[in-house]
Amino acid sequence: MTATPLDKPVPLSRPLLTHNAVFWIGFGVVMAILIAAPLVLSEFWRRFLTEVLIWGLLAMSSDLLIGYTGMISFGHSAFFGLGMYGAAGALIAFSPNLWLAILFGLAGAAGAALFVAYFSTRLRDIYFAITTLIFSQIFYVIIFTWTPVTGGENGLIFTRPHLSIPLLYDARFTSTTMHWFVLAVVTASYLFLRRLTQSPFGMVLQSIRENEARTRAIGYAVKRYKIVSVLLSGLFAGLAGVLYAIQNQFAAPDFLYFITSGDTVIFNVMGGVGTLVGPIVGAGFFQLMRELLSRLFGDQFPYLIPLGVVFIVMIIFLPQGLLGFARRWLNR
Amino acid sequence: MDTISHFFHAIPFDLIVIQTVNGIVTGLILALVASGLTLIFGILDVVNFAHGELFMLGAYVGVLVVASTGSFWLGLLASSIIVAIFGAVLQIVTLRPLIGRDPLNTILVTFGLSLILQNYALWQFGPIERKIPEPIQAHFQLFYLQYPWYRILIAALSAAIIGGFWLYLKHGKFGVWIRATSQDRIMAQAMGIPVPWVFTGVFAMGSAMAAASGVLFGPLGGVSHTMGLDWALKAFIVVVVGGMGNLGGSIAAAIFISLLEAYAAIWLDPSQAVIVSFVVLILTLLFRPTGLFVATPK
Repeated sequence: MTATPLDKPVPLSRPLLTHNAVFWIGFGVVMAILIAAPLVLSEFWRRFLTEVLIWGLLAMSSDLLIGYTGMISFGHSAFFGLGMYGAAGALIAFSPNLWLAILFGLAGAAGAALFVAYFSTRLRDIYFAITTLIFSQIFYVIIFTWTPVTGGENGLIFTRPHLSIPLLYDARFTSTTMHWFVLAVVTASYLFLRRLTQSPFGMVLQSIRENEARTRAIGYAVKRYKIVSVLLSGLFAGLAGVLYAIQNQFAAPDFLYFITSGDTVIFNVMGGVGTLVGPIVGAGFFQLMRELLSRLFGDQFPYLIPLGVVFIVMIIFLPQGLLGFARRWLNR
Repeated sequence: MDTISHFFHAIPFDLIVIQTVNGIVTGLILALVASGLTLIFGILDVVNFAHGELFMLGAYVGVLVVASTGSFWLGLLASSIIVAIFGAVLQIVTLRPLIGRDPLNTILVTFGLSLILQNYALWQFGPIERKIPEPIQAHFQLFYLQYPWYRILIAALSAAIIGGFWLYLKHGKFGVWIRATSQDRIMAQAMGIPVPWVFTGVFAMGSAMAAASGVLFGPLGGVSHTMGLDWALKAFIVVVVGGMGNLGGSIAAAIFISLLEAYAAIWLDPSQAVIVSFVVLILTLLFRPTGLFVATPK
């Protein structure tokens, strides 16, 4: 039997570049800019850009929940903070080894994430948001009051480990290599999450977002998928915490407080949920505005008032966020 | 047997009585905050993240009015009215455009509002705690303590406000509108009830309740820009444990949790006693996710 030519419609005119090519060209350009940036920028802006990337990673991790699984987490500070404390604990108690710090940071975040995932995923929508908030507050109280181990209010201070690749490379971090290291981790995380959201697993998550009851009716174990997605999201948030701890050489209870979770949600909404890169853009936008406002009006200026107004206006008039226009394209 | 009798001996009876009174007092204030929150949720489908900030704002307005007029009761009244109007304006400007959208949007908007209000308070009033002077100085003897009558008065007043509100819901015209809207929004609109204004009114009432509890709490603890979050968190726990949108349930849960925290504070540090309410929340989520004080859904 011969295949009929009508099985595959022949496009009338081929586009010059496929979607894939355009994506990777754009990706390459952005990467080139970000790699070259620390060579041109001053020390202050170099650190600024590195921190934007770290906050971006935190926001991106929560985008997996908000944008893809359709659950708003108000408790990402717990994962971020436990990542910080895990790294700090490993660096103080054991050896100052970078990879050990990452391992322990991830373990800390995973512990918190398992706990939150197990209990919070019993609830949906608003209830999920509130319980994640309350759970993050539990971890805050524990860290804040368990002074002998966590240093209580003062937090933990440690010396930064070397940037080491076993048998190959071992040197002190400079702000430039720190930037490249963070960039590498964030990029790898982005590529992993992008692959994940396009995988069958990611499709199930998105179908939970669109219609949970129907997804369950088809036969997917919705609860298990939700738990895994909270767990993954917590792991990446913990990774961001580890990076932040190494960048600033301390772990403080403030970062477990509600404010961090709130910022994470703001980055997401400003940048555009469900795009993965949007939250990074949102973090950059937020931090730039903040820097701009405090330069214009002085350090004492309550920059969160105008930014809060911008945030509310965006929800009402631009609910898709800054990168919302590209959402479909980025997820193809 | 010896260890058991020793255990019972170790329970300080006087402390338990004192903590029971304390727990009921804070429980009734908490019930006032939580019933505003649960009312707004039940009718508007809005989880009001800014509820704690309305509580704080009420306390600050109370501080200002009490400082300028010297009358606590005037402060209580003025604060409730001013914050109610403010709440109505907030609802009209920020929440009304979101009617019909995903309810998660309203969480985000009220969260933005709470950020703005909290930072405004910090900017305007500074980080130093303010105090509202107690309107009644009298004390009575409770074991070895001079217990202030004011605390008893707060409890009675909170209960009276909740009771009055409940009667209003039952018999007042607007109250009937509110109940009709919560039962069936579309049908209520078809019957000629101005649903958007019911929403605004409910938000204003919830704000007024938050403000009133803020002023009542003012003399007990300090008034600061961060007080909102603590109370909002507790109110959220209460509302989840009591069953979302269930007024009676949240009042019962408020008293229940406050009592537990008060008892825990006998043996634990107050900052750790908070964990008790978290544990109650976790247990509730595990075994009765719809709330402790509601009938099991069939």
